[in-house]
Amino acid sequence: MSTEAKTFTYIGTRPIRHDGADKVTGRANYGADINLPGMLHGAIVRSPHAHARIVSIDTAEAAKMEGVKAVITGDDLPETSAKLAMGEGALDLHDIGDNLIAHKKALYHGHAVAAVAATSLEIAREAAARVRVEYEVLPPVLTIDQAISPDATILHPEMVTRGRGVAPSGPTNVASRMELRRGEPDRGFAEADVVVEREFHTPMVHQGYIEPHACVARWGQDGRAVVWTTTQGPFVVRDGSAAILGIDAAMIKVIPTEIGGGFGGKITVYLEPLALVLSRKANRPVKMVMTRDEVFRATGPTSGTKVRVKIGAKSDGTLVAATASLWYEGGAYPGAPSGAGAMCCLACYRIPNFLIEANDVVVNKPKVAAYRAPGSPMAAFATESVIDEIARTLGMDPIELRLKNAVVEGDAAPYGPKYGPIGLQAVLEAARRHPHWQSPIASNRGRGFACGFWFNAGMNSSATVTLDSDGSAAVFTGNPDIGGTRAAQALMVAEELGVPVERVRPTVADTDAAGYTDVTGGSRVCYATGMAVIEAARDVREQLRARAAKIWNTDVSNVAWEAGRLVPLNGAGDKTPLTLVEVAAKASATGGPIVGRASLNVAAAGPAFSAHICDLEVDKETGRSTVVRYTAVQDVGRAVHPSFVEGQMQGGAAQGIGWALNEEYVFDAAGAMENAGFLDYRMPVASDLPMIDTVIVEVANPIHPYGVRGVGEVPIVPPLATVANAMRDATGVRFTELPLSPPRVLAGLMAAGD
Amino acid sequence: MAIVFLPSGWSGATGGVTEVSIDAPRVHELLRTLTERFPALATLLDAVSIAVDGQIYHDAEFVALNRDSEIHLLPPVSGG
Repeated sequence: MSTEAKTFTYIGTRPIRHDGADKVTGRANYGADINLPGMLHGAIVRSPHAHARIVSIDTAEAAKMEGVKAVITGDDLPETSAKLAMGEGALDLHDIGDNLIAHKKALYHGHAVAAVAATSLEIAREAAARVRVEYEVLPPVLTIDQAISPDATILHPEMVTRGRGVAPSGPTNVASRMELRRGEPDRGFAEADVVVEREFHTPMVHQGYIEPHACVARWGQDGRAVVWTTTQGPFVVRDGSAAILGIDAAMIKVIPTEIGGGFGGKITVYLEPLALVLSRKANRPVKMVMTRDEVFRATGPTSGTKVRVKIGAKSDGTLVAATASLWYEGGAYPGAPSGAGAMCCLACYRIPNFLIEANDVVVNKPKVAAYRAPGSPMAAFATESVIDEIARTLGMDPIELRLKNAVVEGDAAPYGPKYGPIGLQAVLEAARRHPHWQSPIASNRGRGFACGFWFNAGMNSSATVTLDSDGSAAVFTGNPDIGGTRAAQALMVAEELGVPVERVRPTVADTDAAGYTDVTGGSRVCYATGMAVIEAARDVREQLRARAAKIWNTDVSNVAWEAGRLVPLNGAGDKTPLTLVEVAAKASATGGPIVGRASLNVAAAGPAFSAHICDLEVDKETGRSTVVRYTAVQDVGRAVHPSFVEGQMQGGAAQGIGWALNEEYVFDAAGAMENAGFLDYRMPVASDLPMIDTVIVEVANPIHPYGVRGVGEVPIVPPLATVANAMRDATGVRFTELPLSPPRVLAGLMAAGD
Repeated sequence: MAIVFLPSGWSGATGGVTEVSIDAPRVHELLRTLTERFPALATLLDAVSIAVDGQIYHDAEFVALNRDSEIHLLPPVSGG
């Protein structure tokens, strides 16, 4: 497909979301809302040690409790070597299976080691407490520096460093290393008039979705299983569970419930295979719902990081050289998004000489999962802070410096390919023109600016569009709706068929009803699944032409689709044009129901860029800071439903501000998380933030018929550096470690003698 | 011929070669030729994404190549 120059009737409007009433009235069913007759409740036994060898597990006392129907350990889920293709990478199901329930070692505090199903949650929890586990406690590895020290305790004795292209060496805690290089960095730095180098640290943080993980599994006596679950990827749950359990995926149906946030954290499986095995063993449905404590301790946060960035510039602001060294925690298993961080960290700028290295390091903390533009925010925190320092050193306006070096179409990305049409320049210009940037700032406040990059994904999507005899339509896809994609898909069908958007019924289908569709993630649903929806709707249009031809007793080549009507051509001109409703009413007489379908494997959406402006007020007596004004600018390609685009931009900004100011996993010396709850893990709430202003920039993506790019991830990339740069502006102190919590800021101010 | 740009971190597996010209109709044949020329790449190629002429593909195996196509091999990226 190529982008079509056209004006839209429905695209770009803001209808009320089709699922809105259900959600605001409580009718919508989320993961924990599912209840079945005879259902049991599951509870998990978790390791009280961050690193320990499992010597023995005695389940006898738990199993004999009245009401307990099943107890399982790692022995009930054999280790697998299977991998599950997903995106450009592959999920290592051995690691995911071992993360579900430990087999030989507990690798983090909270790692599951056994599970129980009983007639009530209280009995299940009491039984879990009676499972006796003997551990041989091992020294925990809790930091990157500990993990890479020469005498480090090794988490996985079989691990070697992948990606070097040389003979693997190990054992090691460095799972992989990658490198990007262009030109000659040393020579570039020699030509620089200004060189700034800093090392930055960010803590492990959680996605913080409101709804905990929850599912119900029912294993039937015929060997067929059904799983209701809150997930971003029902097909991942189906295929991953089947592979981990060694059964045929055809025997599992996954029904996605409504989802209360995911942000990447609900792509993999944590509960579903356990619930399936408990259900098979107990011969009854089993419900498992995590507590908030479990969500924090045992589901994917994103990496804690150490990033060192050095950038050199000429006196006129031209960037000439850069180096970046990225070290990302993968948690207990490989999988840190360090490679993505490496590819993103210089992606906004045209720099002729650079060397970037990135390392994925295992530590005794929860296994990381994807989190909104995985890997990019931490890299941008480092790069954009250094760019800010260069602007200060040169006395240049920070937007002017960025504009001078911003990538444009035809420039090579640091990871190699040349950019197509991109919107960074337009975003920077829009930010510079914005009243926020033009306004004066009070003396007790600071203003920060930063920009960010994210790839956006394509991948596999399927869609079905049905047209009823009354001229209404329905659209079915396999993507759970997180960000308003039902409404966006309905808008696309309305646009293609001319059916009022209120008469289009969007439905999230289960894995038996939808064609295979990759996850709701990677900013891909409105883009890639949207392309499938558009194709399916156009399939309906083609069928309507054939039906009109049948009514007129002429060849289909004599029928055109024009402005929502079937129009006669080539000598069929004595016929009166037919509306879609009129042809739909004749569907039965002209061949039966009209159903359009499309399945696509879509190339990546093309990059997204965003830029943020933050005004921060800092109380220098306490170190407490308040965001008093915030503006997000983003190239979205084409805003299908602008309200949801703005919502994504605001949500990403809010999450990023939380990451910058307050959020962090706090571990004790033994590796136990000390703040596993929302009282102590402080995420921003509405009253913490001002209204986040948004500016939508539309530089059409040429490979989408409407020009759509991904939207959901890139807005979390700039805030870490934007807020830190505002803090620098307000206090004169460059903070290089997040979060900028009051104690850290106060300590920094005191150290600076303020 | 299509040009393949290899990650600099793989130089140990390619004897320092970072660009290779290969005559191939599709990515499938191109990767086969590449691994014949550099057998040590075989284990690395199972975890890459592939960009052809600026487009990053999922499952690029049968993407057709032009005589002047540019192919980049990238680390896998997962979205959130």
